[in-house]
Amino acid sequence: MSKILIRGAKVLGGEARDVLIDGETIEAVGTGLPAEGATVVEAGGKVLLPGLVDLHTHLREPGREDSETVLTGTRAAASGGYTAVFAMANTFPVADTAGVVEQVYRLGKESGYCDVQPIGAVTVGLEGKKLAELGAMHESAAGVTVFSDDGKCVDDAVMMRRALEYVKAFGGVVAQHAQEPRLTEGAQMNEGVVSAELGLGGWPAVAEESIIARDVLLAEHVGSRVHICHLSTAGSVEIVRWAKSRGIDVTAEVTPHHLLLTDELVRSYNPVYKVNPPLRTERDVMALREALADGTIDIVATDHAPHPHEDKDCEWAAAAMGMVGLETALSVVQQTMVETGLLTWEAVADRMSFKPAKIGRATGHGRPVSAGEPANLVLVDADYRGEVDPASFASRSRNTPYEGRELPGRVTHTWLRGRATLVDGKLA
Amino acid sequence: MDTQDTKDPAAARPVLEGPDIARVLTRIAHEIVERAKGADDVVLLGIPTRGVFLARRLAEKLQEITGRKIPVGSLDITMYRDDLRMHPPRALARTEIPGDGIDGRLVVLVDDVLFSGRTIRAALDALNDIGRPRAVQLAVLVDRGHRELPIRADYVGKNLPTSLRETVKVQLTEEDGRDAVLLGAKPASA
Amino acid sequence: MMRHLISAADLSRDDAVLILDTAEEMARVADRPIKKLPALRGRTVVNLFFEDSTRTRISFEAAEKRLSADVINFAAKGSSVSKGESLKDTAQTLEAMGVDAVVIRHGASGAPYRLATSGWIDAAVINAGDGTHQHPTQALLDAFTMRRRLVGRDAGLGQDLAGKRITIVGDVLHSRVARSNVDLLHTLGAEVTLVAPPTLVPVGVERWPCEVSYDLDGVLSKSDAVMMLRVQRERMNAAFFPTEREYSRRYGLDGERMAKMPEHAIVMHPGPMVRGMEITAEVADSDRCTVVEQVANGVSIRMAVLYLLLGGNEPAVTHTRPTGSEEK
Repeated sequence: MSKILIRGAKVLGGEARDVLIDGETIEAVGTGLPAEGATVVEAGGKVLLPGLVDLHTHLREPGREDSETVLTGTRAAASGGYTAVFAMANTFPVADTAGVVEQVYRLGKESGYCDVQPIGAVTVGLEGKKLAELGAMHESAAGVTVFSDDGKCVDDAVMMRRALEYVKAFGGVVAQHAQEPRLTEGAQMNEGVVSAELGLGGWPAVAEESIIARDVLLAEHVGSRVHICHLSTAGSVEIVRWAKSRGIDVTAEVTPHHLLLTDELVRSYNPVYKVNPPLRTERDVMALREALADGTIDIVATDHAPHPHEDKDCEWAAAAMGMVGLETALSVVQQTMVETGLLTWEAVADRMSFKPAKIGRATGHGRPVSAGEPANLVLVDADYRGEVDPASFASRSRNTPYEGRELPGRVTHTWLRGRATLVDGKLA
Repeated sequence: MDTQDTKDPAAARPVLEGPDIARVLTRIAHEIVERAKGADDVVLLGIPTRGVFLARRLAEKLQEITGRKIPVGSLDITMYRDDLRMHPPRALARTEIPGDGIDGRLVVLVDDVLFSGRTIRAALDALNDIGRPRAVQLAVLVDRGHRELPIRADYVGKNLPTSLRETVKVQLTEEDGRDAVLLGAKPASA
Repeated sequence: MMRHLISAADLSRDDAVLILDTAEEMARVADRPIKKLPALRGRTVVNLFFEDSTRTRISFEAAEKRLSADVINFAAKGSSVSKGESLKDTAQTLEAMGVDAVVIRHGASGAPYRLATSGWIDAAVINAGDGTHQHPTQALLDAFTMRRRLVGRDAGLGQDLAGKRITIVGDVLHSRVARSNVDLLHTLGAEVTLVAPPTLVPVGVERWPCEVSYDLDGVLSKSDAVMMLRVQRERMNAAFFPTEREYSRRYGLDGERMAKMPEHAIVMHPGPMVRGMEITAEVADSDRCTVVEQVANGVSIRMAVLYLLLGGNEPAVTHTRPTGSEEK
């Protein structure tokens, strides 16, 4: 493999440096590095980050290839600056056996755009009744370490306790979709002022918070680690903050959309804003930003949830929940966290690469930008300003809440182990 | 009826003043009594807005002449207009048919200005949905010509030859604070 | 007026008064031998009902026919809320048939708004009740009934409901009637108090322009109108209240409670009533109960709305009577 010289990039947003890639690894980081025999990429002051890692992606394959496939999803990931994604288990069939996770893993390898690490279901069929073969999935070629029934909550306290305990044997982690099912029957949006006015069924914050509170206590009791998916309320932040202060091994993620959008948007009844957990209030958004900044929330995860057009081109109640996010995540984080002064680029690397890789045990990802490390890198034009155009997405689906919205920043290059997957904003 | 005449009223020339209007209405009342043979079965229906006030004034004069109370009401023609679809919907005015109805009676429609005749055509349609009069007659304060339909008035206060570039505006004390018929030039943009 | 009628909250005070005034004129048509007006001749209106509601459908149909519109009834119930495409496809099918207006009743909150704003169709959309969101013509007919009874039929013309104290009692949480009434009555200057067990009041109600009370007896003497909402028996099973008996005892209107209301105060109900639950037969059959009037007024209100939205080349804008006249 040939050499690549990235010249004049602000590594993690710092001083301009040259980065020389040789084969799959970073050979050197410095100034005035020799260009001989290397393809030169003039970074011109763009920001260089480690390849992003998404702990929460729905690739939809197998079963819903009309909305996304492993190939289109990983192309979207590369476009968004990701070099590794964790594929959620709620496929058809559910990824609750070694066979299914190995299939997804293999499809990821074949795509070549980004590493795909399958997440295994906690319970068979996501039904919450019987533990899936967690050990078999871990021992499979896919090497599953993250388990989640995402889309559904493991609401049975005993089931959750057993899962938390069981995965300790091989260093796994349970990622909980925190949603008390009885409190959210018929839920359509955040319960509050707007839902009262719009007459849409309410999804109360307490339905998330009560599960998180229970689960951190369970994790403490059995000495396990637990990960909280898409934390969305100010109250959840308080609980996680308290749990961490107590030394409980809990990590939490927030989605880009929960950092930017509020339930006021639902007034349009446009199902593009329908997502689970729902968009919350301004107060929640501010608390989430603050928590991501102070480390209470560990990472940003996209919850990239592709849906075909017809599942959104209908009345609110009939629409599917979810938004695509891989291709806009970094821009939203730049707007909400970097440009507000809450996070440095170095901290962005931490929240979107180092930490998610660590939580998911994604070897070779989330490494520092320094000599000898795998060349998983992303180059970001942070000065760019432009409107989001869903037609330009690599994802098979277009259900973005940002259509026509101006967002800052653009990923121009992505390298996966030294191989360019995105060059000048175009998939390689 | 809906003409918003906002131009300087000073530019408009009065062709009938208060006393003229009173005199003209008295004459029409006498003509009605004469032609309707005592006006026994007359019902006056004014076309809103100003036709209603004229109808009430006529009813008073008829009562003075005949010594009997003459039934008077109003007939809103808004929804019967042939230009309904050419404007935003107009606020409706009151249709008030006197207690004994109009079946078999002589209905005298009363309006302020007779111009194209389209209002009267609409009024005849509206009447059709309310009952079957013995006959229908028309009384107007001013006939300014330019008919677009085969309609003529039975009682005319004043025949006023006009050009299409002119406007005729009727003001009545009940609505406008004074009685007058004004002839003016049409605003350029109208 | 806007092109559509989706929510009572969209109406300005002047729009609302214009509708009430127009309805007052429409009401007089009912007294004529020929109960028909030509205003919507050649216009096609479809009643698109995804939910059963014979009352509302018949009321709209009567209004449309009295205005000489061509009426198509489309009962889409069963063709399903769960399969979202059906609303879009159905609407586009109707549009292709040259429909001028769609009167829609739908179980999903926001479906009429979606229909009006999604670009699926060009026709005017009139909301005949959507989920637990809005039912604007119900609120208008309620306001019309109140204005007639509390201000006067002729004295009310041009007037709003300033200072009138209206109490709405019952399942506010699931009620589009309550939402629409709070919005419209507030616009018309009335003071609204909602009375319900706390379980049947939505979280977020504190931002509504009204008061909330859990004590019916405390507000009756200060009410010019008391509107009882239907309480579905199913709610009992979802633990919104313990038993029907307890609900009736705490929130039902019986003769004894009615006697606490001021002499002039009226009792309203959007129907259908559950006698013995929220209202006793004694109250329902009393002179003070306007249920039957509300039904008659519904036709007048719907005629007014249809005329003002569809009668001209564009919807009626805030309207002023001309100061000078000339025949045209």
